Amino acid sequence: MTRMARAGNASTAAPPQVAAPASATVTGRVVPAIPLRREGPAKLTGIAEYTDDLVFPGAWFGATIRSSEPHARLVALDLDDGFDWSRVAVVTAADIPGPNIVSLIQDDQPILVPVGGEIRHQAEPLCLIAATDRSTLRAAKRHVRVRAERLPAVFDPLASTEEISHCDVGRGDIELGFAEADLVVEGTYRVGHQEQLYIENQAMIAVPHPDGGVTVHGSCQCPYYIHRALMRSLELSDAQAVVIQAETGGGFGGKEDYPSLIALHAALLARKVGKPVRMIYDRHEDLSATTKRHPAVVRHRTGVTLDGRLVAQEIDVVMDGGAYCTLSPVVLSRGVLHAAGPYRCPNVRVRGRTMATNTPPNGAFRGFGAPQVEFAVEMQVNRIAEALSISPLELRRRWAYREGDITPTGQVLRESVAAVEVLEAAAEASEFTRHAEQTRRAREARRPSARTASGIGLALGWHGAGFTGSGEVHIGSVAAVELTDTGIIRVLSAQTEMGQGTRTIFPQLVAAELGIEADEVQVAPQDTSIVPDSGPTVASRTAMVVGGLIVMAARRLRAHVESVSGKTFAESYRDFATEHGRLRVDERFTPYPNVEFNEQTYTGDAYPAFGWACAVAKVDVDLDTGEVTVRDVVSADDAGRIIHPVLAEGQVEGGTLQAVGYATIEEIKLVDGRYLNDRLATYLIPTALDAPRLHAVLVEKPFPGAPHGAKGIGELPMDVGAPAVVAAIHDAIGVWINDLPASPERVLAALTGAPPPRAPGLSAAAPQKGAA
Amino acid sequence: MPAEPPVISPRSLAEAYAALAAAPHRPLAGGTDLLVQITGELGEPPERVLDIWRLDELRGVRLESNALLIGALMTYAEIRSAPLVAELLPALAQAAATIGAAQIQNRGTIGGNVANASPAGDTLPILLACEAELVVGSVRGERRIAARDFWPAYRRTALADDELLLRISLPLVPGRQVRYRKVGTRRAQAISKVVMALAWRTDGPAAPEAPWRDVRLALGSVAPTTIRAPRTEAVLEGSTPDEATADRAAASLASEIRPIDDVRSTADYRRAVASRVLHRLVRDEGGW
Amino acid sequence: MSYRFVVNGNAVEVEVPGMRRLLDVLREDLALPGTKEGCGEGECGACSVILDGAVVDSCLVPVCQVDGAAVQTVEGLAGDLQLSDLQTAFLETGGAQCGICTPGMLMAAEAHLAAGIPVTDESIREAIAGNLCRCTGYTKIVEAIALAAERRRSPAS
Repeated sequence: MTRMARAGNASTAAPPQVAAPASATVTGRVVPAIPLRREGPAKLTGIAEYTDDLVFPGAWFGATIRSSEPHARLVALDLDDGFDWSRVAVVTAADIPGPNIVSLIQDDQPILVPVGGEIRHQAEPLCLIAATDRSTLRAAKRHVRVRAERLPAVFDPLASTEEISHCDVGRGDIELGFAEADLVVEGTYRVGHQEQLYIENQAMIAVPHPDGGVTVHGSCQCPYYIHRALMRSLELSDAQAVVIQAETGGGFGGKEDYPSLIALHAALLARKVGKPVRMIYDRHEDLSATTKRHPAVVRHRTGVTLDGRLVAQEIDVVMDGGAYCTLSPVVLSRGVLHAAGPYRCPNVRVRGRTMATNTPPNGAFRGFGAPQVEFAVEMQVNRIAEALSISPLELRRRWAYREGDITPTGQVLRESVAAVEVLEAAAEASEFTRHAEQTRRAREARRPSARTASGIGLALGWHGAGFTGSGEVHIGSVAAVELTDTGIIRVLSAQTEMGQGTRTIFPQLVAAELGIEADEVQVAPQDTSIVPDSGPTVASRTAMVVGGLIVMAARRLRAHVESVSGKTFAESYRDFATEHGRLRVDERFTPYPNVEFNEQTYTGDAYPAFGWACAVAKVDVDLDTGEVTVRDVVSADDAGRIIHPVLAEGQVEGGTLQAVGYATIEEIKLVDGRYLNDRLATYLIPTALDAPRLHAVLVEKPFPGAPHGAKGIGELPMDVGAPAVVAAIHDAIGVWINDLPASPERVLAALTGAPPPRAPGLSAAAPQKGAA
Repeated sequence: MPAEPPVISPRSLAEAYAALAAAPHRPLAGGTDLLVQITGELGEPPERVLDIWRLDELRGVRLESNALLIGALMTYAEIRSAPLVAELLPALAQAAATIGAAQIQNRGTIGGNVANASPAGDTLPILLACEAELVVGSVRGERRIAARDFWPAYRRTALADDELLLRISLPLVPGRQVRYRKVGTRRAQAISKVVMALAWRTDGPAAPEAPWRDVRLALGSVAPTTIRAPRTEAVLEGSTPDEATADRAAASLASEIRPIDDVRSTADYRRAVASRVLHRLVRDEGGW
Repeated sequence: MSYRFVVNGNAVEVEVPGMRRLLDVLREDLALPGTKEGCGEGECGACSVILDGAVVDSCLVPVCQVDGAAVQTVEGLAGDLQLSDLQTAFLETGGAQCGICTPGMLMAAEAHLAAGIPVTDESIREAIAGNLCRCTGYTKIVEAIALAAERRRSPAS
């Protein structure tokens, strides 16, 4: 047999070099995308190493036994006699040395449900098995008998009595506000689960050390979250727990917290077996068990005057957290803080709570609470525009925040406000007014025999940059720039590359400060034994917060080298290194000037700055079937300062398509608290044929508090795409869809006046036993 | 974790028949259904697999005394590019184009679609509406099974354990028109919510005022198998495609089918859409 | 059983069960992990390879059907020292973000460019409709493939 043996994990072959690219013009823009993606050649030639590509000789394969009840007492885990259990390793809760808790916010989620303990959701991990090969593993899995006593299950967050968290904000006098209103509009909006659907399934490989420690290689966004979880539950020292991020095939928030659980599982098995253990999820397991976007029910009551002033907003937000807390309090608070939309209103009251249900815990997904509430408020604003006979564009022109306006937490938007800029940019790029007039005329002239209807819709949104409130202060990120003794410049941070371009823009930022070329700057691997904890790669904070830290560190490095050498950094750094040896400059996060937030009263500056976005969508609706074709979306996004235009466009285009999917075809139905859409054949995301033409318009309204002026861009486009699509559907067919996704079933029911399908995110009961 | 059941790859039909006669084997053509079932652990993996990919006798398309004979191993890509199909049954090429995407079309076969017997099988309504015959063979010889008898129950076929599907015989009827419509979940890689084939012929040249004869209406994804809709066929039989006919046929279909709610769609939607799509088909023919 | 075929121009022989997926043979037996598994059900296209000139999902192809055939994977696209024109175009336009869909996407694109039919925005989208991407929204992928097609048409540009 011919084998091509691989020599270890470190790729010894360098990827082929890129021939100096001739420049070309594509859609009016010059390519190539300078600087080119740092790890692009490796990804394009297939030598980039994702977790499942890593080879560890002698590794075992691990699997998870999961519950098939939504709520039950775990009575026993029986290992069938018909299998030779000496061939495999089994790990239960009893094998966990430290707390049987997945460390995150609240200590409520077990790593494995203990016998006698409570199963709180379908697909909950009960025990683990490892074997030397997959067919033994498959056979072993079939011989585990789970005995559980069913308990009553709660699936509706509105009916649940178990509150995970609550969050209220407001200002002014809501009753006075409504008293002033000529018109009060009410609306209830519901959004269901959404799966992140990274194309690389979750994966972790744990390699045990002789001293009980472990190195975990995996697909993840936050190596230090995993590090903390391992230290605590496996009772390891800082040095004994090592987490190394492998090349990661997409995250979008889905790999923020869930990887900690898989890492713990893999580590427990690896320690038991004494060999590396591979926990590579297949798509079915990943869809069934991992976190999703929180479903939500958002109720609006809005008071306006007939001359178009917004005088009162009362909003109630209920999110379904699933069975455990995970990140729900932060998702909820971000949702509550964004729920009133980017609009000036003197009297606002927002009440939010996350409720527990017996469904798999929900977690982070691009937008993190904002897409849910911004869908609701944008639809509400559109309904009001129709009621007042004012164009949706004009109404937003009047209401959108300007510099100096005050948000519901009392934050004065002193700087970096670009709501009107993005609104006008998107309206202009999409020729909104002209198209809206066209669709209006077409609607009026429409014959009963018409096959399709076209519509155009608009949505405006905002997204607080960085962690909410005092979050950044609490995590106290550290990042560093280092000049090694061999004259290499390295960026040291825990920020993970998952396609958004961190590995490319960090060298750009540092090189610009040092006065050298970007390819002279290396990025150290995201290995907790090498890099400091610069915080998680979430919340659109990487370019703004950590980028800011490395800019400062680079400045200090440059200043020092230049003061010693008397020459420019570029001319002298290599000699400096030879003469003086290694020099590392660490920069710790310090609060942005004049940013103050009161966590108790939830008032003050919720975020140091906000990003602003506006999307305009054009759709065609098939009048026979209710199918919606999204033809075109323009998204204007302000990220403060655009560091790399092509990478930034990539974020806008990708985020917009995820929002289009959220609005149209991404749907999860549940039965007995279990996701029915548990394969790629049934959980649908847009293909290249479904995807609209996407036009990113990048706007810059720099944030002076950050040394480079950048705010975040990753999540912003996700906040506005869905309501733009649903507004366009209304423009096309004159019906309001208040639930997401605006599936053909919902659209056709609205068109024909038929009863709508079941509300999204709500599980049907288990089918009765014995029924036909 | 995919299982890897034992497989043999016969080089001749005779070899294949002998293997099937000796023990139950699951036939494997392009693998686009079978491999998913094995990898996805959708049920028990088959004990034995018969790889028929080398049986060239099952390939190709030809015309033989007023019937289009399509080999069971013809892939969707081949169906889309075959001049005989484009000329004589373009609806079948249209159906093939709605299946999966390039990767699936290069490997998925019409025989696999037929033998898999999914109620959502995209080519099956055309075969049923065109009154195809499935030609099957075994050590005992060949026989023909009418399409209407081929799928007796959910995911079951009329094949005996030792029989192999060889080809599909589509009778060519002078003056026959076939229309096809699939309502999927997205524009590619989509299992249908409703899939429909409507066939009829006219005595003279096709024209809006010519009454429809021998109407056949077949639907998928609205029942445990692909079905005909005889009551609605009766409404259309002898009628011209005017608005009254369309209204009556649409109403008839809505009450004739009994679809269900499932992961993909709802009974209400399927019923409404089947009815509206039929109405549109008739309207398009009538040109009003 | 023993199966012999050609991968990226090199003759190989493997001794594995016939129902072993080509994807697993490539990744594990032949140490060519460039081809990725995203779903195992032929929906995502991350495992796409070119088999006897046609793009297929290698997670659905049993190796017994590859005997005697020619397989091309992402590892076979680049020359020793240079990325292929298609890979270069992806790099220049920003067509790869997280990169996990990229190998399969490149193979589907390569098959389309090699088919010799007119390349348009619509034809590209149809050619890659079986390759899911979650990062890019497909825009820069389509740009890259169009750019590569343009350069193949007029090599001087």
